[in-house]
Amino acid sequence: MLRHVFPDPLALGLAQAALVSLAALAVALLARRRRIHVVQSVAVALARGLVQICAIGSVLLAMLHGPRWLAGIALVGMVGAAAITAARRARAVPGALRIAALAILSGAGSVLVLTVLAGAVDPTVTSLVPVGSMLIASAMNAVGLALERFRSDVVAHASHVESALALGASPEAAAEPYVRAAFQASLLPAIDNLRSLGIVWIPGLMTGMVLTGTPPVQAAVYQFVVIAMIFSSSALTCLVATSLVRAGAFSPAEQLLLRGDAHP
Amino acid sequence: MAGRRIVDDVSFPVEEGEVLALVGPSGAGKSSLLRLLDRLDEPTSGTVFLSGVDYRTIPPRDLRRSVGMVMQAAALFPGTVADNVRFGPHQHGRDLPDAQVYELLKQVGLAGFASRPADRLSGGEAQRVNVARALANEPQVLLLDEPTSALDEGSKLGVEELIAAIARDRSLTCVIVTHDMAQAARIATRALVMEAGRMRRIGPVREVLHAEARLP
Repeated sequence: MLRHVFPDPLALGLAQAALVSLAALAVALLARRRRIHVVQSVAVALARGLVQICAIGSVLLAMLHGPRWLAGIALVGMVGAAAITAARRARAVPGALRIAALAILSGAGSVLVLTVLAGAVDPTVTSLVPVGSMLIASAMNAVGLALERFRSDVVAHASHVESALALGASPEAAAEPYVRAAFQASLLPAIDNLRSLGIVWIPGLMTGMVLTGTPPVQAAVYQFVVIAMIFSSSALTCLVATSLVRAGAFSPAEQLLLRGDAHP
Repeated sequence: MAGRRIVDDVSFPVEEGEVLALVGPSGAGKSSLLRLLDRLDEPTSGTVFLSGVDYRTIPPRDLRRSVGMVMQAAALFPGTVADNVRFGPHQHGRDLPDAQVYELLKQVGLAGFASRPADRLSGGEAQRVNVARALANEPQVLLLDEPTSALDEGSKLGVEELIAAIARDRSLTCVIVTHDMAQAARIATRALVMEAGRMRRIGPVREVLHAEARLP
């Protein structure tokens, strides 16, 4: 057992991190045999993830006793980073960064404000930052999926979209099936989370609360609130993102701009 | 957009009730010109007049109801054949009665197809539905982009005859893109020859094709 080799908790933690990273790299190496080349990006992502989470841990510690506006700055920074990540996934979408930033800010932001107002989250730095980061992270995943799905669907069905326009449809009506598909596809992970809550998945927050002495039912309800918030944040973000991306896919004269073909 | 001019310095009238064929080699800009006529692309300069009205002053949806378009690929929507025929009128809140759907389908030779799923049609049938759904908007002008080039030989002539009959019976103004000179001769009254984005010749179809045949 690692515990016997590394009695110091920090050394133990690092050893564990090294072990799971090796496991992840081993999987990436295995994938190479199927000609899926992800070793480099997995290695970089692992190293980045470790450094980032350690950094935010130290920042969180520093902020613990700091003023509340620090939380605001941290959250805005997270929204920016999340928008960049999501936009990178949807890099073929024109204006992806602006759309992702606006969508995450409005989606995750409004849900966070609502839950603070409802008293579900304490307006303290130590609550706002971790809860906000969960909302932003799920919004980021959803918005990246939604934008890329919408783009690839519209490009693949450009002749359908233009046929609809040619028959006198509004851009909204012409793009409607693809807005709907993108919205649904991007929310599937969040819906599955809700559905499997407690059966496949016992989230860490609840486990931690039970371990530290909160009555299980109370911990469970709180966990449900958080998961439902995450769902709302993703859904709202996708709604804003798909509306914005649809608006950007057409010109003022109602011409399809998002095309992958030979009519530039 | 920036760069190459795909269609340049092209100016021509289309008379009411005539069938004008846009002919020329592939890449000559025929389809691009047709798309400009429906304002599916924006002209970088110049414009189109529809019954004397600059089409940039007409709301795009109204314009596209007046100027119907049949594209090369049928691109039917999911649902039934009738759903497809109803699509255009439905966009401005009109629900086409069954009798009218039947009448349109009869005109394109598909009487009794109304409740068929649109994704289970042959290429020729799908293109006929494509024509019917464009006619459902009662357009003043019908644009057709290589409407038979994606079809097999068997259904090609049938669709071509259908288009000729519709143009004749409705005295519908048509602009049809084709790379097939013989087809142009069969359907059109006049022909416009495109080459490298420019207009090379326009005139009565027989004269134009005759002149083209004598070119090296």
